[in-house]
Amino acid sequence: MDLQRLPLHDLHVELGGRMVPFAGWEMPVQYEGVMAEHLHTRKAAGLFDVSHMGQVLLRPRTDMAALAAEFEALMPVSVAALAEGRQRYGLLTNEQGGIRDDLMFANRGDHLHVVVNAGCKEADIAHLTAHLGDQVHPVTDRALLALQGPLAEDALARLVPAVMAMRFMDVITADTIYGPLWISRSGYTGEDGFEISVPFGGANGLARALLAMEEVAPIGLGARDSLRLEAGLCLYGHDIDETTSPVEAGLTWAIQKSRRTGGFAGDTRILAELADGPARVRVGLLPEGRAPMREGVALFAEDGTPVGTVTSGGFGPTVGAPVAMGYVAAGHTAIGTRLFGEVRGKRLPVSVAAMPFVPASYKR
Amino acid sequence: MKYTEEHEWLRVEGDYVVVGITEHAATQLGDVVFVELPELETQVASGDEVVVIESVKAASDILAPVDGEIVEVNDELASNPGLVNEDPTGRAWFFKLRVEDLSVLDQFMDEDEYADLIG
Repeated sequence: MDLQRLPLHDLHVELGGRMVPFAGWEMPVQYEGVMAEHLHTRKAAGLFDVSHMGQVLLRPRTDMAALAAEFEALMPVSVAALAEGRQRYGLLTNEQGGIRDDLMFANRGDHLHVVVNAGCKEADIAHLTAHLGDQVHPVTDRALLALQGPLAEDALARLVPAVMAMRFMDVITADTIYGPLWISRSGYTGEDGFEISVPFGGANGLARALLAMEEVAPIGLGARDSLRLEAGLCLYGHDIDETTSPVEAGLTWAIQKSRRTGGFAGDTRILAELADGPARVRVGLLPEGRAPMREGVALFAEDGTPVGTVTSGGFGPTVGAPVAMGYVAAGHTAIGTRLFGEVRGKRLPVSVAAMPFVPASYKR
Repeated sequence: MKYTEEHEWLRVEGDYVVVGITEHAATQLGDVVFVELPELETQVASGDEVVVIESVKAASDILAPVDGEIVEVNDELASNPGLVNEDPTGRAWFFKLRVEDLSVLDQFMDEDEYADLIG
């Protein structure tokens, strides 16, 4: 399959990015090195090109309330109660209560702006179109940049002073020399920061203006993955998929009280799991030694019973030790429970741990 | 020094062959965070997976370049795996092998041939 190139491809190459295939795109996996980029993002500000992700606008045929009701049939998440200028985490579910995709959606007054995973984009658009019809408008002329880290506000405010007034999950539109920017105060690293949807024509100028600032460095996919893992955030296709339910995944916080009476795809299973507890649960895992436990590592109880599997794992540069997450059978999920992960034929001790591994620093 | 196509370097030290990875390999791997070393006195055959190197992102193997017995491992890597990035051809050697006949090393590349390989 031919790989698609990012609008900022030439810039990544110029910056020394090592380009690799990812979800059909040629993406920078690292520039200076995963460890350095990870630590830079936690200390200052990192610029990520996430233009491979899907952006979709939902424009109501009649009114926003009707659109919200139709969208709510696809997600166990409240759309109707999302105020204008606010963003929320959402989950498209299937009829079996599994997760088709996780996404972010923002109420931008007269429409919703939805950001979906790169690997699910085409299926999501088909699914949304099947249910919402001509209200679905894929965005094909905008890049998406994420600026993450404790100095992200300082940096972006030099270009867009209005971001200083934003709180976590606020969205604004800012008219700039780079075109109208759709900015949300959010991201997927556990850090304070912003995601910025920018017209193709302005993307290069905006990225260069940010990178020219002392605190901003370009960050690749490698560090994006280790940052989101330390933040305890799910990676679609790994920690969540068509077979995992939002309850198993520990995403019940995303299911507002108003939606816990059903009326969405997969509600039978999801409501039953909310009431009775799921058979398996996503947990954080801290290996006791230095060997990382990566995706696929089988987990066993002390008596040798198989109890689960690691779905994401690696080394956490900020933690300074291996970190992982995975699914564990109910009854083995209490914080501190000692399990064993089978790594290259050896069973190594690992403890169930609270997530996130690194506290989030969102500006609420 | 000799080089394998798997980007290992081999250096003869007395009767032993010392094995490490090249600067090129260390750069490709990225930040090394864990090294799993073999047991002493293990008999290994050429092509056996002897060492596991974990970088931030992935695990890779180091293969035994020739048949032999593991006579020493570099314990410093257990506490300081980052040495693999800092000094791959020096302090970050992995293990020493006792081999029957050191002439088996003749099959491997010399410095110039390896430089051509990595272009």
